[in-house]
Amino acid sequence: MLNWLRSPASETQVTHGQRLWLYIFAGITMLLLVTPTLIVIPMSFSDSQYLEFPPEKWSTRWYGHYFGSEEWMRATRTSFTAAILTMLVATPIGVLAAYGLHASKLPYIRAAFVLLITPMMVPVVLVAIGAFYAYVKLQILYTMTGLVLAHTMLAIPLVLIVTGSALKSYDMNQELAARSLGAPRWKAFLTITLPQIRFAVVTSALLSFLTSFDEVVVAMFISGGDNPTLTRNMFNALRDQIDPTIASISTIMIVVTTLMMALAQIFGRGKSDD
Amino acid sequence: MSATDMNAAGLRRDERLERLKLFGLSSPAVLIVLIILVIPVGWLFYVSFIGADGTFSMENYERMIKRKSYARIFSTTFQVSLLTTGLCILIGYPLAYFMSQLPTRVANLCLITVLLPFWTSLLVRTYAWLVLLQKNGLVNNWAISLGLWDEPIKIVHNLNGTLIGMVHIMLPFLVLPTYGAMKAIDRDYLKAAANMGASPARAFWTVFFPLSTPGLFAGALMVFVLCLGFFVTPAVLGGGKVIMVSMKIVSNIELFVNWGAASALGVVLLVLTVAVLWVASRFLKLEQMTGGGH
Repeated sequence: MLNWLRSPASETQVTHGQRLWLYIFAGITMLLLVTPTLIVIPMSFSDSQYLEFPPEKWSTRWYGHYFGSEEWMRATRTSFTAAILTMLVATPIGVLAAYGLHASKLPYIRAAFVLLITPMMVPVVLVAIGAFYAYVKLQILYTMTGLVLAHTMLAIPLVLIVTGSALKSYDMNQELAARSLGAPRWKAFLTITLPQIRFAVVTSALLSFLTSFDEVVVAMFISGGDNPTLTRNMFNALRDQIDPTIASISTIMIVVTTLMMALAQIFGRGKSDD
Repeated sequence: MSATDMNAAGLRRDERLERLKLFGLSSPAVLIVLIILVIPVGWLFYVSFIGADGTFSMENYERMIKRKSYARIFSTTFQVSLLTTGLCILIGYPLAYFMSQLPTRVANLCLITVLLPFWTSLLVRTYAWLVLLQKNGLVNNWAISLGLWDEPIKIVHNLNGTLIGMVHIMLPFLVLPTYGAMKAIDRDYLKAAANMGASPARAFWTVFFPLSTPGLFAGALMVFVLCLGFFVTPAVLGGGKVIMVSMKIVSNIELFVNWGAASALGVVLLVLTVAVLWVASRFLKLEQMTGGGH
């Protein structure tokens, strides 16, 4: 141990001992990053009205409460439907745009790129009230169509960036070779390009799903009536009281997100094997 | 005109057509962004110049200058954004540095601790802090049993609670680009500096730190801009005591149904955001900020 403390840790010959503060600091920071969210999981299995850790008596009553509530179930269905539809709409649209902007050498592509990433730059509250106004005019307020369109808009920048950067490291000459052998452009794209950027496309799809599933502010304004999302109901419940049911819903959301992340990791690893 | 010339002209025409068709592939995405974002925000811009009597007026903007409450909202917004960004730099930079010094395999494990909260729902994380920091929550209970303080103190529903939640949520946005920049630094520079007799501290501040600043700036900028328009966390953890611009916009619409006032605030918020990004883009490339430049 003492030897390790005295051994050099960096190119500049700082010893591990001299950098002990850094290790402790980083360790505490990482702990603080992860635990607050994870601690919700055991708390959700408490029998008490009040959230406690560790729970004195374990129970799944708050899950029963959640699964037994027609209102929460409807919101959950809405959220999943919206997230899946957003994924199915945003991914092809975004990939098409990324491919088009990458392959076309017109001078306007820079402007189109900036336009397509504005949803990331504009404060989300502004996006929300703007969409609210537009939906009143288009008469699609509180509809699934409206919700999916808005979430698609929010997901487009992510798809564009993730797929766009994969295309940057892809050699377009391969497509040229296929076309010189007689394949039409769309066929060259589907059979040559798409399989090689598939990991980026899958990552884009997962990100689109999560964008929609986790979104709060826009959903607050444009989902409602029969179609409130899970996050909208959670936010409203949070403003009133600390309901332990939320802890069980949070746990489920953590599981869904972690699953998505794990999937993305698996596909991401495939990328480095290429 | 010779046959080769005609051929060349035809090929050029074909190529232009092809480029246009390819460009056209982005039209569904462009249309969605135009119809759902650009046009409505343009309309909000217009509405912000319409007064209560329905004619052109600057009253929505004059109100912001005249009323004290608006000055407080703007100063709160800046205060919270600056403090969050500052704290994120103080906490995130050493963490990113620590990870950049580790072998890639270990660093990837540590990176999970940053990515896990990054992908967990914002609402879930905000809720977690609400639970931990409440009056009879974990933090109070543990602090009392450790003897740090005697009575439960109010940590949430005020500025402190908001800051704790926001720093936790924003930290990954700072750590990830900073770590990326640090990873790209050639370590031989540091060896060279040490060989020339630089002390470790000097080598760090004159060689390593300047090379890591593009990532740090990109991250800090991202955090600051996101903070300016933040809504969920201050609305829940602030307990009504921390009122940021975005919250005033929402209450102007939900409570007072005053689109003019909400739009004017929205326009100011947008202009501030764009101004920050514009100033920053003079130092950084846009692709760097969005991570699309790799």
